[in-house]
Amino acid sequence: MSSTSNVENNRKISWYYLILGIGIVATIIFTLTPILWQVLTSVKTNEDISAIPNVYLPHKITIQHYLELFERRPFWLYIVNSALVSIISAILCLILGSPAAYALARMKLRGETIILILISVVTLFPYALLFLGVLEIIKLFGLGNNYLALIIPYTAINMPLTILVMRSFFQQLPQDLEDAAKIDGYKTLPMLVDIILPMTLPALVTTGILAFIFAWNEYIFALTFITEETMKTIPVATAQLGGASSFDIPYGLIAAATILGTIPLVILVLIFQRRIVQGLTAGAVKG
Amino acid sequence: MNNQKTGWILLLPALFLLFLVFLYPISRAFVLSLFTENLGTQLEPVFSGLANYQRMVGDGRFWQSLNNTAIFTVISVSLELVLGLCIALVLNQSFFGRGIVRTIAIIPWALPTSIMGLAWAWIFNDRFGVANDILQRFGLIETGINWLGEPGLAMVAIIIADVWKTTPFISIILLAGLQSISQDLYEAHKIDGANPWQSFYQITLPLLMPQIMVALLFRFAQAFGIFDLVQVMTGGGPAGSTETVSIYIYSTVMRYLDFGYGAALVVATFMILITTVALVAWLFNSYRFKS
Repeated sequence: MSSTSNVENNRKISWYYLILGIGIVATIIFTLTPILWQVLTSVKTNEDISAIPNVYLPHKITIQHYLELFERRPFWLYIVNSALVSIISAILCLILGSPAAYALARMKLRGETIILILISVVTLFPYALLFLGVLEIIKLFGLGNNYLALIIPYTAINMPLTILVMRSFFQQLPQDLEDAAKIDGYKTLPMLVDIILPMTLPALVTTGILAFIFAWNEYIFALTFITEETMKTIPVATAQLGGASSFDIPYGLIAAATILGTIPLVILVLIFQRRIVQGLTAGAVKG
Repeated sequence: MNNQKTGWILLLPALFLLFLVFLYPISRAFVLSLFTENLGTQLEPVFSGLANYQRMVGDGRFWQSLNNTAIFTVISVSLELVLGLCIALVLNQSFFGRGIVRTIAIIPWALPTSIMGLAWAWIFNDRFGVANDILQRFGLIETGINWLGEPGLAMVAIIIADVWKTTPFISIILLAGLQSISQDLYEAHKIDGANPWQSFYQITLPLLMPQIMVALLFRFAQAFGIFDLVQVMTGGGPAGSTETVSIYIYSTVMRYLDFGYGAALVVATFMILITTVALVAWLFNSYRFKS
């Protein structure tokens, strides 16, 4: 009796490990194959790229496509543009969003429920419904081909997430601390800067990373509001790398640009995986 | 200074930005949709009542784009939900190297959609694409398929690219849900003689419902507004077969400079989106209320 149930248990366990193993391997293959293919394409010679049937592993590794991005195109400018716009908007988002999140977490404002619902609902608006109205504002203030034309919208699109994540963080802080500060005679604003802010550093990093990623990846605003070649961001510039005709698409060049445009994000994910997951779930689920 | 006043001062800059980039554009679209503002009126707004909406009713291209968007949204979100749940279940087990696998699994989410759209267009390239090469090596097809050049297949390619890109988001949300389910529940259920499938249907799925709903709402809204991926992979072609409402709005405004009609398209899309979201949220709430 006991031996048969043991055999059955063993069989169950080996089935479990088999399925789990397949699941793990499938997840890794599913995730990495398209990226790996771009990496391989980016270091292949043009002969290998256009070989039929396909050449999987390059016969000769070349960095010619990467060199061309910097020699014949202002690719370093695109990187600088993307970095500038993403970093500034992420910081602005923290500066403007954290006080708002604090007010919504602690100050029992009249109408805060409505504001929270509003903030959650606007995260569902597709950007394609917004660019027309934002374009008008940009024209009104003469901001076309100005970094502000991206910095302002990017700060705004990351604002809901910032407020929701920071709010859930503030709610977890012990209220006693603020009460004690108030008794010591602190006013709200100095208390926020002197006492609360240093404690929120981890949450600020989490939110800042998410805001940076969303800004770096944004496409439709960057496509519409910036037409000046030297001011384009990486996603738009990469998408416009096409050749003279549809038969002359520089696949190696595009692959190299793909790798350069995604490396900063891959590094962020590798370092901050845990924080990114925490931030996303706090922003989505608790919101 | 009283507390309420300080609170509103802290809140105001953020609210102003949200107004500028979210609420103004949508409200403005409602107003502009009542005007004709295109090359015919020399880009001056001329009040035309509901003319834009009348035009929309008879605009086959609009209905086709709506149909394409619906097909894309339903198929890709369903696939992502199933696949995302499977991956979340795998990532929730304990095994050696789990941290690394979790990290790898979220990479596609973090990458720019437009850039990875280009990567997928290269994979589905008709002459040199690796998708055709693999299928040919396995003997599944004789000659290369023109993935992005055939109406039905172009949609398939876009859906595959989208599933790859956004399944990780669903996995992240669902994994957080799985982690919050107490292991004791499963133990007790097992002692009662339940097999793993019964545990999955009777414990995991019901308790995961809130996360599933959140992921579903987010993904529905994003998929319904899809722009980047389609723009770089097919531009809406061939023959408009992958043109989504966002792509149609974009070309109406930026290519044909038809601002009034573009605004009416924005309003229609917005109303469909908000109604669906409200309906789903309401259904979910009443379901949760009952159980």
